[in-house]
Amino acid sequence: MKLYPQHRRVDGIGKVTGKAIFGADQMPGHLLYGAVKRAGIPHARIVRVDTEKARNCPGVRAVLTAKDIPGAHGFGIVVPHQRVLADDKVRYFGDGVAAVAAETEEQARFAAEQIEIEYETLPTISSPEEALKSDAPLVHEGSNLAVEHRVRHGEGEKPPDAAVTLERTYRTQHAEHSYIEPEAIVAWPAEHGGIVVKGSVQNLFSTRRSLAAVLDLPLNKVQVIQTTLGGSFGGKDEAMTLLSCRAALLALATGRPVKMVNSREESFIESYKRHPYRLHYELGADKDGQLRSMQIDILADAGAYASTSQFVTWRSTVQATGPYRVPWVRTRVRAAFTNNNYTGAMRGFGSPQVNLAIESFMDELAEEVGKSPLEIRRLNAYRDGDVTPTGQQLPGKVTIVEALEAVARASDFERKWRENRARQKEAGAIKRGIGLACSYRGVSLGAEGTDAAGTLVAIQTDGSVTISSGITDMGQGAQTAMSAVVAEALGISLSQIRFLNTDTDRVPDSGPTVASRATIMGGSAAYDASIALRKRLLEFSARTYRGDDSDFRLEDNALWRCDERLMSFHEFVDKAFASGISLMALGWHKAPKTTWREEHGQGTAYFTYVYGANAAEIEVDTQTGQVRILDVWVCHEVGRVISYAQACGQVYGGVVMGMGYGLLEEYYQEQGIPRIKNFDEYTLATALDAPNIHASFLEHPDALSPIGAKSLGEPATEICAPAVLNAIFNATGRRIRELPASLERVLLGRQLRRHGIRTSLAKEAP
Amino acid sequence: MSNLFDLAVTVNRVRYERAVEPHILLSDFLRHDIGLTGTHVGCEHGVCGACTVLFDGQPVRSCLLFAVQTHGHEVTTVEGLGTIDNLHPIQEAFHEAHGLQCGFCTPGILTTLVPFLEQNPNPSEAEIRAAISGNLCRCTGYQHIVDAVKLAAEKMRA
Repeated sequence: MKLYPQHRRVDGIGKVTGKAIFGADQMPGHLLYGAVKRAGIPHARIVRVDTEKARNCPGVRAVLTAKDIPGAHGFGIVVPHQRVLADDKVRYFGDGVAAVAAETEEQARFAAEQIEIEYETLPTISSPEEALKSDAPLVHEGSNLAVEHRVRHGEGEKPPDAAVTLERTYRTQHAEHSYIEPEAIVAWPAEHGGIVVKGSVQNLFSTRRSLAAVLDLPLNKVQVIQTTLGGSFGGKDEAMTLLSCRAALLALATGRPVKMVNSREESFIESYKRHPYRLHYELGADKDGQLRSMQIDILADAGAYASTSQFVTWRSTVQATGPYRVPWVRTRVRAAFTNNNYTGAMRGFGSPQVNLAIESFMDELAEEVGKSPLEIRRLNAYRDGDVTPTGQQLPGKVTIVEALEAVARASDFERKWRENRARQKEAGAIKRGIGLACSYRGVSLGAEGTDAAGTLVAIQTDGSVTISSGITDMGQGAQTAMSAVVAEALGISLSQIRFLNTDTDRVPDSGPTVASRATIMGGSAAYDASIALRKRLLEFSARTYRGDDSDFRLEDNALWRCDERLMSFHEFVDKAFASGISLMALGWHKAPKTTWREEHGQGTAYFTYVYGANAAEIEVDTQTGQVRILDVWVCHEVGRVISYAQACGQVYGGVVMGMGYGLLEEYYQEQGIPRIKNFDEYTLATALDAPNIHASFLEHPDALSPIGAKSLGEPATEICAPAVLNAIFNATGRRIRELPASLERVLLGRQLRRHGIRTSLAKEAP
Repeated sequence: MSNLFDLAVTVNRVRYERAVEPHILLSDFLRHDIGLTGTHVGCEHGVCGACTVLFDGQPVRSCLLFAVQTHGHEVTTVEGLGTIDNLHPIQEAFHEAHGLQCGFCTPGILTTLVPFLEQNPNPSEAEIRAAISGNLCRCTGYQHIVDAVKLAAEKMRA
């Protein structure tokens, strides 16, 4: 077992003592509370909004509708059509139409309910299939087709002849991020006429851009500050932009700080979800199972707004064939607008869906040609120097087989798989199964857009250090990982570092903290700053204490000349500062170039890749359909592990989230009406459901990353569900092709639904 | 607005006397009236467990109690467990063993564990998992939390 330095979280003490300040914990003086009047119907034209009654309610200080917005009405990273407050139409149940500020939260919510809206109801589009029918009503002007990507790889119009052909359709569900902290923000008017917004924001720079456009302010008069974030998983981007813009409008209208906190029900109804996909896969293979062709057609539900559908489906397009050599590929991925919750970024970002399909499909191929799941993957998996369907030669070491072999060995996969299979027909209600799944994943943003980040390191004259970065911590531990990089480079201990929460006024725009890019981008920028400081300090020591730069080093909180400890780090930096040496440096890291040609889907999609594998062992109760996951063996190649405990933490949390996706979780809407609005119906895994997880890592420091590290957060969650579904097949001989693998699907092969709207639901619309 | 109740409650060994609306939740009273924001509100439905506090030493969901129900009783929140300079062994263990990521569910888990570990000084893994099964955590997959509880038990036995 390799030994790693044991890092304690730099934000740990505040979190165990209750001192950490989360968004809703902010209590500035003279506070007003904001509330929103939501549509409560999925699709309608707004005829009239009457705010008169609300304005006369006790405690009310402002009631705003779209016509009170000074700047742009809409925002959006790809298409700026998501309204801060709906003007022409409402496009999903959770759309906001008016916002109220009042002296108490109760008064604000009461007044919001008094707003009367007259609608002209429009037909509801509840699925992407419906949306693409030629006579379908339009959600937005133009077309219901939100996005279409293609990949074309291999010559000829038809796939090469193949001895074995297979065709399957898989389906995935809407999933909710389920950060335990609901969205929260406080906005207040700034002394310079601008606005300050502080709360649970994941991507502060995109929220700032939207605020500036909506408020018609220059970027330098919009300050966005992050409070300690209670989880995000991709979810606190547009959801927070929306809340921030509304709170800011109310703050500027009243001249007072305005706080807005979503209830859990509001969060479920309003926030975006993981895209549901319908995935149609066809393959051709030799009789021994060697892949010759793949044709993939995917349709995603974009919901009411474009959000990041463009990029989510693009990642799916690039990774749709899995980590396998396929000489001839035709992929088409589309997303269509509907009147469901809009869908966007969620940990995995388009990979969990395609991994569910391709990893199930590979097992179905193995079954067809009489091979084991491990054998079929060994036969087809990428090796060093292979070329992906987008025409990119994989850089560096390709470790997919290494990862597969590691989990297969650790789990005793082959033996268990054969034994379980032989026992399927034996008596007894409880059946065991083991399943395998693997993936490759493009690191960071790839050809989605500009990929650079900045981290600021400031040594204080007493030797303590502050770090701030444009990369944010949402709980995943980015602050600790970046601190570990700085501590190592400066030879100091982690306890000397304090990490400041991100503030757009004080750090450079570093893009969004998404795509598992925090460690590689923020960490590399932290490294850049640290080595600049180290170089500066060691040059000073060489000048001052005589010697070559190379004789000096920083280690163990001290300055050393060869083997001689000259003085403490504290004393040294104090002297350097007294001589006019700057103790602050801004590090910057720009990712290597990527390219993309949309027409045929060709290019260097990502500058590098990570590889991983899961093996899941389960028990199925064939009388109830209940699946219990016993153990999951995990291996990820991550370049280099920066913080071992945190890397394990990413794996444990990722696996359990993937397990929930596979077995438990579904946000269900009926004709655009949410049927699931809190954790009593949206089932998250508890400590009793979570399996034993055995994490392991392969380290091949990546030449394309200054710190050697790549990505882990999303790889950790993207393959558990297919491993579990493959294990269910191994246990029962029953193939489930639709998520989640609920008790009903395992037992009956179909989902049972309570049809009809609950009477309580019709009355509850917030 | 005039049906105020004269509430007297001891929170973290400090006696508070406040006139409160009878329908104010204990979680809101703790957070808004006396400024103890370490108690977090995640679902207001009694499901997630983030708002768990101790009521006369027993874990309760503060979002499912009215503040007036604590009249004459003792409430302990995460702020009452230990301080930055003098952490409770459970707090120490959670920091040391990475028993948290975002930290939002942490206060509810810590308060749940205080009476559990006092009554079960040497719990099995199954007992630990049962004890925290009413607290949802979306970040950790619970494994480091279980490790942290084992470490806490060790520290408390010592």
